[in-house]
Amino acid sequence: MSEMLTTLEQTALSEYKYGWVTNIEADEAPPGLNEDIVRFISAKKNEPEWMLEWRLKAFRQWQKMEVPRWPNVTYPDVDFQAIKYYSAPKQKKTLNSLDEVDPELRATFEKLGISLDEQKRLSGVAVDAVIDSVSVATTFKKQLGEMGIIFCSMSEAIKEHPELVQKWLGSVVPVTDNFYSALNSAVFSDGSFCYIPKGVKCPMELSTYFRINAAGTGQFERTLIVAEEGSYVSYLEGCTAPQRDENQLHAAVVEIVALDNAEVKYSTVQNWFPGDKEGKGGVFNFVTKRGICAGVNSKISWTQVETGSAVTWKYPSVILKGDNSVGEFYSVAVTNNRQQADTGTKMLHIGKNTRSRIVSKGISAGYSHNSYRGLVQVGKNAVNARNFSQCDSLLLGDKCGAHTFPYIEVKNSTAQVEHEATTSKIGEDQIFYCNQRGLDTETAVALIINGFAKEVMNQLPMEFAVEAQKLLAISLEGSVG
Amino acid sequence: MLHIKNLQARIEEKEILKGINLDIKPGEVHAIMGPNGSGKSTLASVLAGRSDYEVTGGEVEFNGKDLLELSPEDRSREGLFLAFQYPVEIPGVSTTNFIKTAVNEIRKYRGEEPMDAVEFLKKMKEKMKLVEIDQSLLSRSLNEGFSGGEKKRNEIFQMAMLEPNLAILDETDSGLDIDALRIVAEGVNKLRDGKRSFLVITHYQRLLDYIVPDHVHVLYKGRIVKSGGKELALELEERGYDFIKEELGESVEA
Repeated sequence: MSEMLTTLEQTALSEYKYGWVTNIEADEAPPGLNEDIVRFISAKKNEPEWMLEWRLKAFRQWQKMEVPRWPNVTYPDVDFQAIKYYSAPKQKKTLNSLDEVDPELRATFEKLGISLDEQKRLSGVAVDAVIDSVSVATTFKKQLGEMGIIFCSMSEAIKEHPELVQKWLGSVVPVTDNFYSALNSAVFSDGSFCYIPKGVKCPMELSTYFRINAAGTGQFERTLIVAEEGSYVSYLEGCTAPQRDENQLHAAVVEIVALDNAEVKYSTVQNWFPGDKEGKGGVFNFVTKRGICAGVNSKISWTQVETGSAVTWKYPSVILKGDNSVGEFYSVAVTNNRQQADTGTKMLHIGKNTRSRIVSKGISAGYSHNSYRGLVQVGKNAVNARNFSQCDSLLLGDKCGAHTFPYIEVKNSTAQVEHEATTSKIGEDQIFYCNQRGLDTETAVALIINGFAKEVMNQLPMEFAVEAQKLLAISLEGSVG
Repeated sequence: MLHIKNLQARIEEKEILKGINLDIKPGEVHAIMGPNGSGKSTLASVLAGRSDYEVTGGEVEFNGKDLLELSPEDRSREGLFLAFQYPVEIPGVSTTNFIKTAVNEIRKYRGEEPMDAVEFLKKMKEKMKLVEIDQSLLSRSLNEGFSGGEKKRNEIFQMAMLEPNLAILDETDSGLDIDALRIVAEGVNKLRDGKRSFLVITHYQRLLDYIVPDHVHVLYKGRIVKSGGKELALELEERGYDFIKEELGESVEA
């Protein structure tokens, strides 16, 4: 026992493998936040007046709001006046092809194992690469354009498709929804916009890679996906961030709209810098993700693999408004060392015959704390609503914590709501058995973890599943007791 | 192949092995018998490197190497296999995937390339026949929901796939009905090739009807108190362990 702990603790000290800094000259705002900064951001991006007004309205609301204290996490207060709210890599001209992308930036992606060339050539994935806050390269745009699919940066969408942006932006996550969504609305720098027209099935996985890059920069991504009647899209989001000593704030907002018979699948692999083993540094990941099944028979499915960030506060949710609509949430959340995660989902049943499914796998190691927090709400008109929730926790070692906070509110007596929860520990017996078959302890843990998370990993598109499996292994290297 | 000299081990403060001496040559099958609590399973665990046990004295040489210096995984990679008395379950990991990982870890240690999928499947098929194990069992999560017999058969299947130099069978017969026992024993017999050695740990003589040993040792209170040929097992069956106690009681108690 003691011998094993020693070995495990040693291997747990493995460093964050994606920690480096790309040296690209940043064009940035001074630290602090006031109306002038909001105007600066809007001006930098040559935004129309209505957008500036939208931002200012959000900013004024945000000033009246309070930081949420209810999550099961503790961290020092963020000094919002110490953050720089705008940073963009300098671009000399518009890029026509990948060849024109900054070579250093390209090298960064290579290190991450996300070569745009490879992606483009081998997997048919259109990649909208975001470094810091500005889109650098958009591939496959032309091909998608021919089908009427719009996949571009949010800045571009504001200029090129103002009617769509005005119609849907803030329609799922209102500006005043919460403290961080209001902040995001005021200062969001960029993000992705995706519009799938009526009856179109997007033929490829749409993918965006986000990276926080310039020191001391907060990142405020804004993503909007609109799936018109009878359309389908699978959207992938993945991120790794370079190592930092100071905390970085990441407050993204993602909105999804699915109209009649539309389906949207949103997959995330999140590997922001988690901080070092003492809990120094790391990203604060305070994200608002919400989709609305606005039309009948529509479906929204969230799949997330969360391995990074010092503090995570994130509840990808689905509003099941349309009759017969379906919401799904599949999650693997890994916390190690001093990481804290409070994550889960909300399934709000409004329409008739709406169904939701929640599968949450929490893995805690080191001194970390991992909480599942989920709300299943069945409204009074949601006849025959059904929900199934499964929350499994796996503990590695005896100094970490797993917590489950399920909330169930049912106002219709025809509803069926099921909740199952388990907590288990990786046993020495399992490790020893693997050792006896020639697997070292790290390999054994990776195998057991991936087995535990399999149900969720199976939901990921193929090209993401491999990367996600590696991430699970890296995040937990040897941290078993 | 395996030389055990005056091996002593304890768990927490309790002395369990009090000086074991045993030599196993290539191709030999040794059986270790003994009453409950005599240290049989401890011996298996100590040889495999389980960290709950502390070796307090003695030496073990395996294939010319100091076994006790090797990590559990390196012992496996050197060709030591333990068929567990209580095989663990690993949810979500298919038996096939598990064995493939094991095979390739061992190959890596030996400086060999990973086995390609075609070759691996061919080998699987061949060994499946050997232990009469069903394909459907192998695509299920490792040992999850397996019956006692299926678990033990799976252990022998893994042994067949990993082709060890020395296989230790820790009470593989426990909890098996006679048919399962026969299948398991036949699997083992097919793996006897004149070079591979076996250490069969059992409480009952029954298994040794099927796996005929070259040598039988009686373990009692942490020591091997009697050794002999296969006829010793029959004698034990007939007379029970009490005759050992009577015969050697005094020296054991001392």
